[in-house]
Amino acid sequence: MSLLLKQVRKAYLQEDGSRLPILDIAEFKLAQGEQVALVGESGGGKTTLLNVISGITLPDAGQVLVKETDIARLIEPVRDRFRARHIGVVFQTFNLLPAFSALENVLLGMSFSGQAVDRLRAKELLDRVGLGHRLGHRPGKLSVGEQQRVAVARALANRPSLLLADEPTASVDLAHQVKILELIRGACQEQNCTLLLVTHSAEVASQFARVARLSEFNVARSAVAAS
Amino acid sequence: MHLVTIAWKSIRQRALSSSLTALTVALGVMLMVSVLVVHGLVERVFSQNSSGYNLVVGAKGSPLQLVLNTIYYLNSPVENIPYLYYKELQANPAVKHAIPMCMGDFTPEGGFRIVGTSPEFLEVPYARSGNGDGKQFAIKGDILRNDFDAVIGSHVARTLNWTIGSTFQPAHGVADADHVHEEKFTVVGILAPTGTPHDKAVFVHMDGFYQIAGHEKPADEAAEKAAAFAKAAGVEGPAPKPAVPHDDHAGHDHSGHDHHHHDIPDEQKEVTAVLLITKAPTLSIQLSAKINEEPYAQAAVPFQQISWLLTNVVGNVRSLLVVMTVLIIVVSGVGIFVSIYNSMADRKREIGVMRALGARRSTVFSIIFLESILLCVMGGVLGVLLGHGLVFVSAPLIEARSGLLINPWSVEPLELVILPALIALASIVGVVPGLRAYQTDVAQALSSG
Repeated sequence: MSLLLKQVRKAYLQEDGSRLPILDIAEFKLAQGEQVALVGESGGGKTTLLNVISGITLPDAGQVLVKETDIARLIEPVRDRFRARHIGVVFQTFNLLPAFSALENVLLGMSFSGQAVDRLRAKELLDRVGLGHRLGHRPGKLSVGEQQRVAVARALANRPSLLLADEPTASVDLAHQVKILELIRGACQEQNCTLLLVTHSAEVASQFARVARLSEFNVARSAVAAS
Repeated sequence: MHLVTIAWKSIRQRALSSSLTALTVALGVMLMVSVLVVHGLVERVFSQNSSGYNLVVGAKGSPLQLVLNTIYYLNSPVENIPYLYYKELQANPAVKHAIPMCMGDFTPEGGFRIVGTSPEFLEVPYARSGNGDGKQFAIKGDILRNDFDAVIGSHVARTLNWTIGSTFQPAHGVADADHVHEEKFTVVGILAPTGTPHDKAVFVHMDGFYQIAGHEKPADEAAEKAAAFAKAAGVEGPAPKPAVPHDDHAGHDHSGHDHHHHDIPDEQKEVTAVLLITKAPTLSIQLSAKINEEPYAQAAVPFQQISWLLTNVVGNVRSLLVVMTVLIIVVSGVGIFVSIYNSMADRKREIGVMRALGARRSTVFSIIFLESILLCVMGGVLGVLLGHGLVFVSAPLIEARSGLLINPWSVEPLELVILPALIALASIVGVVPGLRAYQTDVAQALSSG
């Protein structure tokens, strides 16, 4: 099993002192190498779920098992290192660091993992996403599609077992959407990496064999919505 | 990728603000370095060991002026004293060496001071080394043997391109301003660099100096002064004799010379000052007291005068300048703090991304902290270079105005403290922005615009 969430609950403290439940998930699991589209309404807790899975946000209760490790129980520095080594993240707005070239952005992800920086692999990854000729270009000199491809290469740099993609096609046009989706899915398939991809697009979701609807397994939002 | 590389690239990303921030540090350090270098030089030149003489004897007046003029060739001479007085000092049993110094002429080009003295001047230690031993002049060529021989300082030789065999005619008074004497002197020796004002002086034989037309005191004035001196000394003064043209003296080689010899009676001769080395240091105290009791001359202890100058004038100026430059550097440090701290709001998302990629809190803290250190070190190194560059550029002006020889590349011990001090300053100002990075909420940072 690549990912297993058990009895995960998360609520945010509001200004009036009350708690707003965001996540209440009895169980959610992904098999190793599985590719799943996660859909749900805006504000439904998709980003919070990704943050909880990646260890950026801690759940109030429950277990978040990534490769059999409950990352919610890890102390913060260990959790950071675990995230760097085992979880890749692709953001909606790419979030490339402007001071660094395409190659350096990929190397940066490797640097934080505590492992030796593998320049050759970083170049190969960029070559594979069609940017072998733009290694030294900074994000400002790259097109939107190219930036997203760098972001994908960066997410895969440390050979993660789980890739979390938060609406990676939302900022690009239709032609690029298809290419980026193919790129992410192809790369995950090659590396036997589990993919959880958040999308609003029914068209994008339709390309996945499994589509997980957050409202179907997240009781917290259902309850809020019902009330 | 090394954290220093990450920090450096972040600095480069904000090139303009980073450059300006580093420049403010550099300007502060530049001022501090130039102050330290110039002050270090002044301190060395005027240090206790800078003079090998126990006493300087000259006309009554300011003892500091007497010392500055006689040993450092600064300022104007106080007045002259009779040659006979020099002879009396020479005969004093407490005195080991009495060296006359006759001043008033300059080289026509360059305006270097010409000093009429005895050959003994070049033979006795001109300064003391660290262990108290005497430093002797090293001379390329010959010493002062004949009346119109000259030995020149290394700086004079280099500046005027004079070599052994070069000839010159002294100019009376400030160079180029007054008339040039007819008497011609020949360079017979060049002093090795001493790092003292001697490098910028020309030493001629005292006998030749007296033969320059107009260097004798008028007979009536000399008689009056000699009588006064004799009265003060308690002896009967000799009657002054008129100057006698001297064209056929034996034992002197006239080849290559173009001058008129004339004998001047001792009563008509004067010296500007006399440098004394006593047989024992304690004897100089007694001798000084005796000379100062008399109405005719004063004795100044070079070390005491220079110590006063360094403590009360130079030291205070230096302290003031150092305090000012330290304040400038502290203000620069505040500038670095403001620059980095203000950038933190813009970099919140960047830090959030790093953390999401697996960077630990301590890692992002270190990156911001290193940025502060790098900015300070860059500014510091640039400032040290600019400081020495400033001294290099202003050296000719300082040399011309003060007579001091400047070595722009000499490193002062305090300079070695600048970089560690800057790193300490950077550490202080880097902590708060570093902590802000440390405390960044990743989820919030990633969701921020």
